[in-house]
Amino acid sequence: MGFYLRPTAVEEAVRALGERPLAIVAGGTDFYPARVGRVVDEDVLDLSALAELRRIEDAGDHIRIGALVTWSGLIAADLPAWFRTLKLAAREVGGIQVQNAGTIAGNICNASPAADGVPALIALDAAVELASARGTRRVPLTEFIIGNRRTVRMPGELVTAIRIPKPSGVATSTFLKLGARRYLVISIVMVAAVIERAADGTVGAARIAVGSCAPVARRLPLLEAALAGRPIGRALADVATARHLEPLAPIDDVRGTRDYRLDAALTLVRRALAELGTAT
Amino acid sequence: MTTIAFTLNGRATSVEVSPVRRLAHVLREDLGFTGTKVGCDAGDCGACTVFLDGAQVCACMVPAGQVAGRRIETVEGLAKDGKLTALQQAFHHFNAAQCGICTPGMLMAAADLFQRTARPSEDEVMDALGGVLCRCTGYRKIVDAVLHVAGRVPAAALDNTPDAGRAVGARFPKVDGLQKLDGREIFGADQAPADALWLRAVRSPHFSATFTVGACDALHRKYPGLVRVFTARDVPGNNGFGVYPQVKDQPVLADGDVRFRGEAVAALVGDRDTVMTIRDDEVPIHYTPRTALVGVDSALAEGAHRLHTDKPGNILAFGYVERGDADAALAAADVVVEGTFETAFVEHAYIEPEAGWARRVGDRVEVTVTTQTPYMDRDEVAQVLGIANEAVRIIPTACGGGFGGKLDISVQPLVALAAWHLDRPVRCVYHRIESMSSTTKRHPARMTARYGCTKDGALSGFTFFGDFNTGAYTSWGLTVKDRVPIHAMGPYHVPAVRAKTRAVFTNETPAGAFRGFGVPQAAITHEALMDEMAERIGMDPLEFRWKNAIRVGQPTASGQVLKASAGLAECLAALRPHWRKARAEAEAFNRTGDGVRRRGVGVGAIWYGCGATSAPNPSTMRMGVAADGTVTLYSGAQDIGQGTNTTMSQVAADGLGIAVDRLRLVWGDTDLTPDSGKTSASRQAYVSGGAAKRAGENLRAEILRLANAGQDAWLRFEPGAIVVEDRGRMQTIDLRRLEAGGPNGDVIMAEGYFDPPTEPLDEKGQGVPYATYGFAAQIAEVEVDVELGTVKVRRIVAAHDVGRSLNPTQVEGQIHGGVAQGLGLALMEEYIPGRTENLHDYLIPTFGDVPEIETILVEDPEPTGPYGAKGVGEHVLCATAPAIFGGIYQATGVRIRRAPATPDRVRAAILARKEQRP
Repeated sequence: MGFYLRPTAVEEAVRALGERPLAIVAGGTDFYPARVGRVVDEDVLDLSALAELRRIEDAGDHIRIGALVTWSGLIAADLPAWFRTLKLAAREVGGIQVQNAGTIAGNICNASPAADGVPALIALDAAVELASARGTRRVPLTEFIIGNRRTVRMPGELVTAIRIPKPSGVATSTFLKLGARRYLVISIVMVAAVIERAADGTVGAARIAVGSCAPVARRLPLLEAALAGRPIGRALADVATARHLEPLAPIDDVRGTRDYRLDAALTLVRRALAELGTAT
Repeated sequence: MTTIAFTLNGRATSVEVSPVRRLAHVLREDLGFTGTKVGCDAGDCGACTVFLDGAQVCACMVPAGQVAGRRIETVEGLAKDGKLTALQQAFHHFNAAQCGICTPGMLMAAADLFQRTARPSEDEVMDALGGVLCRCTGYRKIVDAVLHVAGRVPAAALDNTPDAGRAVGARFPKVDGLQKLDGREIFGADQAPADALWLRAVRSPHFSATFTVGACDALHRKYPGLVRVFTARDVPGNNGFGVYPQVKDQPVLADGDVRFRGEAVAALVGDRDTVMTIRDDEVPIHYTPRTALVGVDSALAEGAHRLHTDKPGNILAFGYVERGDADAALAAADVVVEGTFETAFVEHAYIEPEAGWARRVGDRVEVTVTTQTPYMDRDEVAQVLGIANEAVRIIPTACGGGFGGKLDISVQPLVALAAWHLDRPVRCVYHRIESMSSTTKRHPARMTARYGCTKDGALSGFTFFGDFNTGAYTSWGLTVKDRVPIHAMGPYHVPAVRAKTRAVFTNETPAGAFRGFGVPQAAITHEALMDEMAERIGMDPLEFRWKNAIRVGQPTASGQVLKASAGLAECLAALRPHWRKARAEAEAFNRTGDGVRRRGVGVGAIWYGCGATSAPNPSTMRMGVAADGTVTLYSGAQDIGQGTNTTMSQVAADGLGIAVDRLRLVWGDTDLTPDSGKTSASRQAYVSGGAAKRAGENLRAEILRLANAGQDAWLRFEPGAIVVEDRGRMQTIDLRRLEAGGPNGDVIMAEGYFDPPTEPLDEKGQGVPYATYGFAAQIAEVEVDVELGTVKVRRIVAAHDVGRSLNPTQVEGQIHGGVAQGLGLALMEEYIPGRTENLHDYLIPTFGDVPEIETILVEDPEPTGPYGAKGVGEHVLCATAPAIFGGIYQATGVRIRRAPATPDRVRAAILARKEQRP
């Protein structure tokens, strides 16, 4: 058996991370599935007693979600309506058992291309807050995850929170997930979309993110630009074209072919826009 | 090690364990709370669901260190003072627990829901329980049970405990159902002596390789807890097993040559943590990989290496049926359709992985194990150890799902071998990945067929050729290659048939028995062609099937004239009103809908011979009366969740004339029960039921003989006595004065034996392969999202000719579960060796995927069956996929020719069709 520490203060956790390489466990929902059939003999830092990281706070210009907030915690939290994309995504993570245990920081640190929370967080323009012995830093989520199972987190760093900026005005959002069965399914394609409404009823800003179609979930900047300034309505769906999917680089795998993913991604993007175009 | 104190089911508990040990394992192995089950150790199945501070979590992913100072509740804590909760009772009455392995997880998830809301809706029930997988029930009975507690569904339809002689046909819950609801049921991984060593197999990471094993001295020095490393040379008897007496081609431990990824190469035995800590690459095994033959084409290619030296061309065998001149018949037919169809490896995905333990008792060995076939296990272990069959005792545990996958041995020879050598108890529990990568699958098939008919809709001829990928070893490949050509044309009267199969070895997971033995694959082929012919001649698909349904007096393609119990036409007739209504509704929906979601309705009809193909297939049942008056049924028929313990009790009780709740049941143990054959081929209700009925009748005859009473006498069983009442004359048999004897120490005993009457097949497959056939027809209502290619099954109506329903509650359970597996086969299940070896990459239907299922039981009695009964277990799965594919066709115009019809394949087919018809 290896070293095991379950600190109650973030400083203690950060100090331990600075001293030796440690596998991190919180909800355990990615940690244990990667270790089926063997005894865990690594040195482990268990974050689950860090109560200060379980809070969701309104910090003025942004909402700060503690790293250990679970999917169930997010679903139950009293959050503004534009958080809907993340709440919908939270309901699609595993079963309720997993939603009760799995954490939002675990989802981004595990950095699966099919992480259910990531497209929604990207569409919400989330940033990651990291703490280490040298202090704290903030990294946009789009720069935090750099590949399949790869992030810029340094071995001595701990993700402490996700910061989500508040939109300037009214915003709506949604999340669509495509899988081959109803529950407990790894996404073939996911689309998260946020539309900020300008005062004149047009699209002030749009952020569209697609998951499971590249090593990392991708925003669609060309589409977002094309949407800006358009009147909000069902016709937003017609703006999206295959050309806008250029950032995506899906692969063929057991869940679907590359061509299918691109085709389905366009369908889902259009459906998301149609939904937000007609949302009140 | 850390001392962790917490509250378990309301009691202060303390345990000294590694803080990163999974809570599920702490509960089960360190604290003995085995009600919490482990199905995957990865949060994919939910069997280990417990409450942590009142909220449901998967105990397999909770580090023990996290429960310090917190509250844990498990299934053992649900019942208070021995009284089951309303939820547990509802599960019992609705038959919501079949094998029972997922039940603790289901109950905890449902209990969690009721903490949050008292009257949940159906959607809320689905969402709350959606994290738990079930492979037996098809979920609907679970939903009903929970909704009943929510006050939204009336009580389950049940008959009161039937009187003597009235058990057959009654609806009642499982006789062994209660222990599945409170954590008491013991499955393969639930018990072993505390001093048992653990065994872990080291498995090949290569599909095909030669290898050598070096000296393990260094490994032993590094790991003092390692007791022994077993390899091929340690097998004292025959290092080969297989389900046929004459074919033992799969080694217990590979001998220098591995033929599939996941094959066992060595077995590590020691303390648990040691064998689970040692990494495979620490064991001195040196592989030399060789070209892997993946798929039948590469195995059949010129120059491909031989997997087995005695099998040239990698061909295991051919199967063949020929009747009449099929080519001439097709040439003369008004309409001929043809097509090639493909299916994938399908995994059984029982929620209980293989598990068991063995101990040596003098010159005998006892193996306690989850299995479908105790006596076959016994003989297999005996020949591996090189000892007499009688020197092996198999003690089956409850079986947490089988579906054919536990007809082949898994842990049995490994633990037996280790216990035999070490003279210590040895246990082994497969983990999910090991279970999936090393045990058998459904045969992938590639089938090409031509079917012809006259323009007025009479079938005229059929030809079929099918390649079946049997993987690296024979397993049940010979059965599949024989069963398919007999059934390949479907349940119809066809004057001319030529059907040929070829079973091919590849470097893939062995394909064995899986509910249907190849018939589900063939059904996809014949039913698709039936639909195409119906369309070509402008006939309704259901009416076309009804017209051609094989009826009593007509010959099969094997030349067997059906003498009785051929209820397909009746099944189709029962579906007719549902079919017409649903087809019209789908057309109306498509006319008025948005064009994105389109609906369709399809029909599938099948048949399936009950029991082994033209082979002896006997069952023996024993009954006895003890000196104290206890009447016992000794049944070797293994209940794998389908309810055999219940139905055998019913049949035997009625045969004897005793109330079924007065009957004691002893099952499975090969030292205590006679050989009732394997739980396979839909044979238990029919064959073992026949034996159980005769055992009851023979026991009754023996009692009547002792009392010198007439045939119509009444029996009353009392403590120490049987009172026989014969036309007003009362007689008492004093059991205490009779001499105890026989294998079970009873004072009166009798046996029943039944072997279904079959005849051998000649070289053209002519003969009587099965004594009886079950028939079924199902309709599926589907909705296709044509932009995404996703298919949602909205409703299934299933009509089954079961001869006589011994217990409609149990029969419906079989139908629901089979439909769910058929839906999985149709839409999502594809096992790819090395890629989908877990329950998140390999998908089986979840709560939200199985629709409402309406069952129609057609009873066309089978004269050779007990009270007219015949089998149903496999029939239920065969018809579903064809019905779904027919529905997809009506919805989209796309003919599915490759299963599963995953969203990408359906979408691609829709796009291809658009290109053809712009």
